[in-house]
Amino acid sequence: MAVLGRACLLLALLVCVYGIGASLYGVRRGRSEWCESGRRAVYALALILTVAFVVLEIAFMRNEFSFNAVADTSSTNTPTFYKFAAVWSSQEGSLLLWAWLSAMWSSLILFLTRNRMRDITPYAQSVLLGFAGFFVGLMIFYASPFDTTSPAPTAGAGLDPLLRFWTMMIHPPMLYSGYTLCIVPFAFGVGALIARRVDAEWIRATRRFALASWLFLGLGILLGARWSYSELGWGGYWGWDAVENAALLPWLTGTAFIHSIMIQEKRGMLKVWNASLVLATGTLAIMGTFLVRSGILDSIHAFGASTLGVPFVVLIAVCIFGSIYLVVSRRDMLRTEHRLDSLFSREAAFLLNNLVLVGLAFVIMWGTYFPLISEAFTGSESSVGPPWFDRYTVPLALILVLLSGVGPLLSWRRATGSGARRNLIVPATAFVLVLVGAIAAGVPENVKALLMFACAAFAIAAVGQEFVRGTRVRRALSGEATPLAMFSLVRRNRRRYGGYLVHVGIAVMFVGVAASSSFAHQNTDVPLGRGQSTKVGAYKVTYVRPTAVLHDAPSVDGELRTALAQYPQGNQIPIHHDGGDLDHVLDLGAVLDVTKNGHHVATLRPMMSFYNGDDPSQGTVGDLLAGQSVSDVGLNSSPLRDLWSAFDLNLAQTPLQSIINRGNAIVPANRPDLALVTIAALAGSYLEHPPAAEFNLLISPLVMWLWVGGLIVLGGGLLAGSPSGSLVRGRASARVAARATRGMARA
Amino acid sequence: MDLVVVLLTLALLGAVIAIVGAPLNLPYRRREVDADEVRRGELEAARESKYREIRDTELDYRLGKLSEADHESISATLRAEAAEILRGLDDLDGAVEHQPDEAPAAAGEAEPQADETQSSEGAARR
Repeated sequence: MAVLGRACLLLALLVCVYGIGASLYGVRRGRSEWCESGRRAVYALALILTVAFVVLEIAFMRNEFSFNAVADTSSTNTPTFYKFAAVWSSQEGSLLLWAWLSAMWSSLILFLTRNRMRDITPYAQSVLLGFAGFFVGLMIFYASPFDTTSPAPTAGAGLDPLLRFWTMMIHPPMLYSGYTLCIVPFAFGVGALIARRVDAEWIRATRRFALASWLFLGLGILLGARWSYSELGWGGYWGWDAVENAALLPWLTGTAFIHSIMIQEKRGMLKVWNASLVLATGTLAIMGTFLVRSGILDSIHAFGASTLGVPFVVLIAVCIFGSIYLVVSRRDMLRTEHRLDSLFSREAAFLLNNLVLVGLAFVIMWGTYFPLISEAFTGSESSVGPPWFDRYTVPLALILVLLSGVGPLLSWRRATGSGARRNLIVPATAFVLVLVGAIAAGVPENVKALLMFACAAFAIAAVGQEFVRGTRVRRALSGEATPLAMFSLVRRNRRRYGGYLVHVGIAVMFVGVAASSSFAHQNTDVPLGRGQSTKVGAYKVTYVRPTAVLHDAPSVDGELRTALAQYPQGNQIPIHHDGGDLDHVLDLGAVLDVTKNGHHVATLRPMMSFYNGDDPSQGTVGDLLAGQSVSDVGLNSSPLRDLWSAFDLNLAQTPLQSIINRGNAIVPANRPDLALVTIAALAGSYLEHPPAAEFNLLISPLVMWLWVGGLIVLGGGLLAGSPSGSLVRGRASARVAARATRGMARA
Repeated sequence: MDLVVVLLTLALLGAVIAIVGAPLNLPYRRREVDADEVRRGELEAARESKYREIRDTELDYRLGKLSEADHESISATLRAEAAEILRGLDDLDGAVEHQPDEAPAAAGEAEPQADETQSSEGAARR
């Protein structure tokens, strides 16, 4: 199987080289059959990489530990879903995923444009094949997913416990889809510039791909945030981590691009800006991939130091300098066709929105790469933290949310003053009411958060008003019932109302972010024993009782139950028969009771899972618990607030360590299964005499709205990108058009 | 080496050669991208955008964002621009005469005009 995989990679590289050559030869010599052959090379590449991907998946599913990637990231008792997804948890597998997704998206766009833009697509397919070839080359020369070891290990290391979370398994394909989709408009932008075709056609052809990349990136970022919130035990969802930022950068420039291409489509303006944005977005996508692969910046997400840095730096340099050369050398063709009619127009609002988005991207990029910049200039690496990012990003985010409400109120070309004033009444009233209401409610200490609530209210009211008025117009004209009128309005104007929904989603998300980051109450590292309580904000949290779960014990079930019977509460311990690898044997946790003013509010069950350390020096029993310990938070969500808790127990600092030591002395090294009996005794003892554990407790207001807002954004994005059919239902001749114009004049 | 793997590799190689080689087996035809084709692509993209703009302007007017005077003026400009684009497309086709029933579907005329229900082509014709 590994041989087939390696053959696929070699064949893929050959196909990339051939496809680039055939495309360029065909377009330069006017030989369309070579261009066609080059396009088909992309399809062939997709086929080859699909086979390679399937080969690797089969190796994971069949536990073929002779594959290094399988041995490093999977094991026999890894659940099937995680086994399937473990492919992309390794450096090598994720490179294959990148190349495969890239080939699939490239094939789709080239199929859709097979009869159009024949002067642009050969260049675009060369660029797409170039990127795919780069990643295939990395796999062949630096990090092959098909490297094997002989003799094969008998067991795998298992998937990193931190990654055993459903969103973390979906997060990488979403993010990589976003990155690889960013490459599509990039490639067509390059093709358009080389072919000197800078009209709106390539934009029209790739708009949905730009939107899809934006959606996938956004979804990937959101899933990563959810993982951080639920799994990492620090209570946050965004830490301004280098890799998080790297994904956010192309999303921001992509957002700017999606807005500004509308101006080019309609008015033939901003061509330089759009070309620069699309090239920047593609380059930032590659830079984001580079950050994860190279380990050049410290990040919880990075794969650690690797040898991939130099090739990536070369690729990024080619992208940056090639982009600059193309834009500068084509500057004459990129001249704008029209000027802005009025500063009081949707175009002007979009322009401002673009400046804010690019400003945000610049600030975040500066902060993210500051360690490298500082090292280059001062010789010592220093970094900036969340307060630095917050200082600069929050004011820009406020403007952005406000603009997301202003834009829908304005018309294209020029808005009429009286109409705009009338349209402003409802959103402005919402702004003032929320501001005054929040101050009256006694929460004025954080001005930025209050302003964010008010701006979000403005945006939501503005969009709500658009829906209501649009529905009224539709009703008046069609006589449809209100729900049907609204449905028809949205269905027939998907791009407009999908975009509006995205604006609402963004405003809702920022409400969640502002409230949860400004008004949260957090107690960290609070030691609590059974029966003890602590206060968090207005809530009282009491440690009611300990909990324990045993895993991986099918062969010694009887012995375990006998051992547990020695303890009064031993029979309360559930035993999960997960498999025989003993990589995860014990969960310890607590039941917390949360009350407010003496009334029960919620019960939380935070837990900690202990994993095998694969370190024999820890002793037969100690080794089973010496690996990574992963927090499973206790969470109670509601629209108004989240009650969040994490549990931490350092076994070495508790009396339970003496049980481990005794077990290490008694249980022979060749009977790790019997070590489980000691673990059972430890669990029984823990239930009977629970040592004090440390808790992180967090009361976070409105955080649920962050996720709800994300779902609204997703829905709006899907609506805006859904096909609504061509507006052209036939072809009109100039004669017909002239008649139409005359008719219009008469009217 | 496993025979199945060898056969699979050869089959894949054969499929790849068949896919990329197929266009090269066709009779030789030199077909450069001519200026008309490029122009047509540009005009068709411009036509789509212009229709969208006309429709958006209509909706903005009905939503009260544009005064009647502004609407008239912008509409006239847009429709003139649309007519110019259509004329350009006609020129490319060698001024092929269209029968009235070949003209764009006027289905929109029977429908409410607040949104896409109205064919933008129909909008350009009024």
